[in-house]
Amino acid sequence: MLVLALDTATPTLVVGLAEVTSTRVEGALLLPAQRTVEVLAERALPSGNRHAELLTPAIREVLAEGGVEMRQVDSFVVGLGPGPFTGLRVGVVTAAALGDAIGTTVYGVCSLDAVGDGARSVVTDARRKEVHWATYGADGERLTGPGVDRPEDAPVTDPVVGDVRFTERLGREVIAAEVTTAGLLRAAVPLFDRPPAPLEPLYLRRPDAVPSVTRKPVSQ
Amino acid sequence: MSQPLVLGFETSCDETGIGLVRGQTLLSDALATSMAEHERFGGVVPEIASRAHLEAMVPTVHRSLADAGVTLRDVDAIAVTAGPGLTGALLVGVAAAKAYALALDVPLYGVNHLAAHVAVDELEHGRLAEPAIALLVSGGHSSLLLVPDLAQDVQELGRTIDDAAGEAFDKVARVLDLPFPGGPPIDRAAREGDPRAIAFPRGLTGPRDATYDFSFSGLKTAVARWVEGRQRAGEPVSVADVSASFQEAVVDVLTAKAVRACRDHGVDHLVIGGGVAANSRLRALAQERCDAAGIVLRTPSPRLCTDNGAMVAALGSRLVEAGVPAAPIDLGADSSMPIDLISR
Ligand SMILES: [Zn+2]
Repeated sequence: MLVLALDTATPTLVVGLAEVTSTRVEGALLLPAQRTVEVLAERALPSGNRHAELLTPAIREVLAEGGVEMRQVDSFVVGLGPGPFTGLRVGVVTAAALGDAIGTTVYGVCSLDAVGDGARSVVTDARRKEVHWATYGADGERLTGPGVDRPEDAPVTDPVVGDVRFTERLGREVIAAEVTTAGLLRAAVPLFDRPPAPLEPLYLRRPDAVPSVTRKPVSQ
Repeated sequence: MSQPLVLGFETSCDETGIGLVRGQTLLSDALATSMAEHERFGGVVPEIASRAHLEAMVPTVHRSLADAGVTLRDVDAIAVTAGPGLTGALLVGVAAAKAYALALDVPLYGVNHLAAHVAVDELEHGRLAEPAIALLVSGGHSSLLLVPDLAQDVQELGRTIDDAAGEAFDKVARVLDLPFPGGPPIDRAAREGDPRAIAFPRGLTGPRDATYDFSFSGLKTAVARWVEGRQRAGEPVSVADVSASFQEAVVDVLTAKAVRACRDHGVDHLVIGGGVAANSRLRALAQERCDAAGIVLRTPSPRLCTDNGAMVAALGSRLVEAGVPAAPIDLGADSSMPIDLISR
């Protein structure tokens, strides 16, 4: 099946098209290992806070490169964060709208699960001098997290991958790694046998309750 | 059907509005609001509004489609508020609208929220006589516009230099211990009061002040001082009289400047829109002054004065009709989108 995956949880905008093939034995339960993922086209753009502007063009490019029409996409995968809220929502609402418009499923995954491969810990920038983190077992299963903490308080173990700028404050080496299409698919494949769960971003923080200057229109 | 079906997205503040319009006919206007969550903060909290937009988006689109009895495949064009408004809130609508437009392969228009407040009147009162003057008053904006062509030429004559009119209502309501938002309770209290009881200042009405600009900050402060002074002196405060006198000061300035703009520009049509346009005294005084000046007054029904998706679809419909080019694929949100930019 054709899967379009996207993630806007980090400053790097990721959009990829993948073909997922199953070697299903009739009647048997399908293990993730029995599915092969081939990435057909991918864009990883240093987008910063321009996810909203660059996402749609990137989707168009990836589909064109894969020779695929939007309506041929069988399923969408989207990173639910954690990540800076405004950019994160751009990806989540885009995936939700695409799935709704095409009439197909959208699977949400934890964006940290899509960073690197074989790492025991992942850290990304949570701003405000904090990190988003998660830890993984030898089999790749997430053990703890996602969480948001000061680097000193993040319970990470080596090897750590993700945002190298936190090497010093973590007191251990961070190997550079980012969200990838393969990573998004790796996290999503085990979910494909069940109906998708509602798409709820992993905010991890409560909203700053500061009213804006722009007030509510005065009326009901 | 000859006329195009336009789906409109509005998320500039705390209302998730999705509307459907065919030509100038209103088909549906679905709304989800996070207002209740902002009440205790006395103003809209942007992050709370943005989270609510995301949650409400797909369900509200479907409510709008169901109300209109159409499906997504029937949609010919999509319009979305690109600005002005709260960036994070705008981006939820812009991203959703772009995704629907991409998947449905229909043109997308990123429209100006203020111009949409004018366009919505066409759904009830037919084609706007152009040029027209538009007075837009809400919690987020207070503007006086000259509208030679709603699809391609809107000019700003004046705007508030400090608070929006609606903000002044909210702040005065707080001084009077009335609930948020302050417009409806002040409107109600004022009906029992005397608008001439207290002479509150009329901002920017001196001979050397900007003819079409507004200022409500001084008025708000004057009301607060007056109330505090009475309270300190142990004298009773008539909420009805303060409400009526404050409201009269606001609507006196708004209507006087709007009528003046019509006269100065030789325009005989005035449209009033935005949330404050639901205020009963504003509507009554505007009608009175327009009648006296021979100006035709158009005000959308209160339901369409506040932010909604139908107004965005209504403007989108005008843009399609006028053959205005659709938005570029890298459309973003512009929190301070100027009014002379009707669409992008
Ligand atoms: Zn508005």
